[in-house]
Amino acid sequence: MRGFRKTLGKVGLHLGLLLVSLLTLLPFIWMLSASFMENGAASTFPPRFVPKHVVFDQYLFLFQRMNLGRFFLNSLLLAVSVTLVSLLVNSLAGFAFAKFSFRGKRPIFLVLLASMVVPGQITMLPVFLLLNKMGLLNTYFGIIIPGTASIFGIFLINQYLKSVPDSLLEAARIDGASNFLIYWKIILPLAKPVLVTLALFTFMGTWNDFLWPLIVMTREEMFTLPVAIANLMGEHTQDPELMMAGSVVTIIPVALVFLLLQKYYIQGILLGGLKE
Amino acid sequence: MQRSLYTPYFFLMPALATLLVFFFLPVLAALAMSFTDFDIYSLGQIGWARFVFLQNYRQLLADPLFWKAMLNTCYFVLVGAPLTIAVAFFAALALNSKWLHFRSAFRLALFMPVVTTLVAVAVVWRYLYHPRFGVVNYLLSFLGVAPIDWLGDPNWALPALIVLAVWKNFGYYMMIFLAGLQTIPDYLYEAARLDGANWWQQQRNVTLPQLAPTTFFVTFITLIGYFQFFAEPYVMTQGGPLNSTLSVVLYLYQQGFRWWRMGYSTAIAFVFFSIVLLLALLNMMMKRKQEA
Repeated sequence: MRGFRKTLGKVGLHLGLLLVSLLTLLPFIWMLSASFMENGAASTFPPRFVPKHVVFDQYLFLFQRMNLGRFFLNSLLLAVSVTLVSLLVNSLAGFAFAKFSFRGKRPIFLVLLASMVVPGQITMLPVFLLLNKMGLLNTYFGIIIPGTASIFGIFLINQYLKSVPDSLLEAARIDGASNFLIYWKIILPLAKPVLVTLALFTFMGTWNDFLWPLIVMTREEMFTLPVAIANLMGEHTQDPELMMAGSVVTIIPVALVFLLLQKYYIQGILLGGLKE
Repeated sequence: MQRSLYTPYFFLMPALATLLVFFFLPVLAALAMSFTDFDIYSLGQIGWARFVFLQNYRQLLADPLFWKAMLNTCYFVLVGAPLTIAVAFFAALALNSKWLHFRSAFRLALFMPVVTTLVAVAVVWRYLYHPRFGVVNYLLSFLGVAPIDWLGDPNWALPALIVLAVWKNFGYYMMIFLAGLQTIPDYLYEAARLDGANWWQQQRNVTLPQLAPTTFFVTFITLIGYFQFFAEPYVMTQGGPLNSTLSVVLYLYQQGFRWWRMGYSTAIAFVFFSIVLLLALLNMMMKRKQEA
């Protein structure tokens, strides 16, 4: 009897999880299938989860007529450059906090820590005005420069580098290495896992971001994919197939990057999540 | 630990300088702006903005739309956050079961919504909620539920956005719970079983108390995160119907960037900030109490 209940429990667990997983993936399945349909084919009852005829019309239209390639490149360029610059800037700062003692270290650290509760929406308007004055609206720099320094990133790297033994750096110093050389030749290679984590978070965060590019990029040729999709939604509400193709193009790159580097992403959640 | 006069400052410079220019000074500027009538005319000529002290805040308190946005946001947070946490908790519990096969496949499937672009999935869900052809009404029809005009009905629009938010976010907290569950030592469950505790009792008397710090942390970040909801109503409903999905951040965005009432908009931002700050302080106080 106990064995039977146990088997029942196991089967129930697997069936339940299978059902929940399917429900979770259903929006993606419908999105993919609708994106390969011809105009109007997705508006049926009951909804179809497999297209009757697979066509690429929607994708062709998006790239040939709606300039989606440009938006894709904008998104890619921004995500890659914000990631690279922020890796450099935040790892330098994290290194300074982890391996140097200097005047004002503790107060600076505490101010940074405390300001993590300030929501980004507060600074939106002043930064917009500032970028306007600097002539950086509708430029890539308008996104890249404000996006580089990340307090979360600095803390992540600081935390990681604390575990690097000081003796390693001392040995290098005795050999006559400069601080920058130590950063470049010792710290960066050692910090590779946490740098990958930070890169992944920054890349995906920038790619997925909406509010900030919506504000900075008002000229159509500068739109990122999410802004372009939201804009397209205004004119093409009645074309689910087209909108789904746009969503697929927006989601696929982040989903792929995530799938390749899952391990690092989960590490990042736990570092950000469990550290008090 | 290296003592050096200039090097650390040199290394900190790029990060601190950008934070100063694009974060700390703007926070102060925003506070100053919230005491002025900064609007579209001041945009060209900053000198045209006048100091009005608390007038924006006074106006805010009397603004029914602001209260509507506040109410909607609280509804979204107070219903959405517990739901998300509950789903995340049970998903983590299931994934942590030692009998489970294909664990990583299930974990990946449940986590997928987290990494995708919010705007893109909001677009997808807009069609899933279509009253005639939508997948949601189709699935509900098996349970005998008559079609609902999710995004067109003021009573259903906000719940619809909550469901989307739960779907999009629970995986993140599930991962945190999962890591927490893995730190609970097996012997606690064995001891409970020896005392004759059944599955439910084990969860109630071992899992829940052991996970309390994790749950606490998760609750706090969910509350703060949900308080900022914006993209869902922006893409799916534009705050409608009848302002039933107008959120605080959407309202401050509209006031600031559609009507260019920037003084007023920053005042909203600061009221919003004080609430987040209050939550953070509450979190800190409760944590201290918990540790004591």
